[in-house]
Amino acid sequence: MEPTLASYLALSGILFTIGAVGVIFKRNAIGMFMCIELMLNAVNITFVGFSRFYNDATGQLFVFMVMSVAAAEAAIGLGIIIAFFRNRISVDVDDASILKN
Amino acid sequence: MITTLLFFLFAGFAIACAGLMVYHKNPLYSAISLIGVFIALACIYMLLAAPFIAAVQVLVYAGAIMVLVIFVIMLLNLEEDKPLTRLRHLYLIGSILGLVLLAQTLFIFYAVKKSPQSAQEQADAGLTLNIGRAMFTEYLLPVEIAGVLLLMAIVGAMVLSRRLKETRLDIAQKEKRR
Repeated sequence: MEPTLASYLALSGILFTIGAVGVIFKRNAIGMFMCIELMLNAVNITFVGFSRFYNDATGQLFVFMVMSVAAAEAAIGLGIIIAFFRNRISVDVDDASILKN
Repeated sequence: MITTLLFFLFAGFAIACAGLMVYHKNPLYSAISLIGVFIALACIYMLLAAPFIAAVQVLVYAGAIMVLVIFVIMLLNLEEDKPLTRLRHLYLIGSILGLVLLAQTLFIFYAVKKSPQSAQEQADAGLTLNIGRAMFTEYLLPVEIAGVLLLMAIVGAMVLSRRLKETRLDIAQKEKRR
């Protein structure tokens, strides 16, 4: 029994679930950032899986796009985290309440 | 047979590492678990006959992005995650969301009937040659847009890390020196 497309999609769904739950449970901004990276990777599995099962390179091109977006997100996100740390001396998202009220 | 064995090995490793990433309170342990997930996913891409994506996964994710994240964790010298003090109902919301997403994942097994049940015989879509050909002919415009996006990210990161006025961290460090 070879792994079917459904098993790759199920792996992707499980990893996406773990990432989505982690974003809600994590307190520090870097932990949330890493959970978002995990969710992006979970989506990449579906792209490569469909690409393999239909023998079409488009899915892998899309993975390339997702990876460049993830690299841009890493640069900007970590810049924001460092700027936030400079002003609050903490990376806890509960301290990011300057827009409240 | 061997493919199935390897799939379950790497999938189990990826899921276990992802669970550990969410479980660990120390951000450094989380980052190292996430690197484990990325390596396992690179192996899964090899199983899916996509060597180019597997190599880029290791280079970009495990190599560049995670080194940057670990660099920032070391730089900020983060302490362990405190448990939720307020917004305790977030645990409930998160658990419900997780259960709904898992139910949808199980639904996949019933929904995916029309798609091909076994992989195509020829597996040449993942070769670097074919990806490069598609990238520079059919999908040239999206690739160039991705390049512009990366340029904007570089400019944005430089603007964000610029120091406009004295921050609280500067004041704290100045007082420590005194």
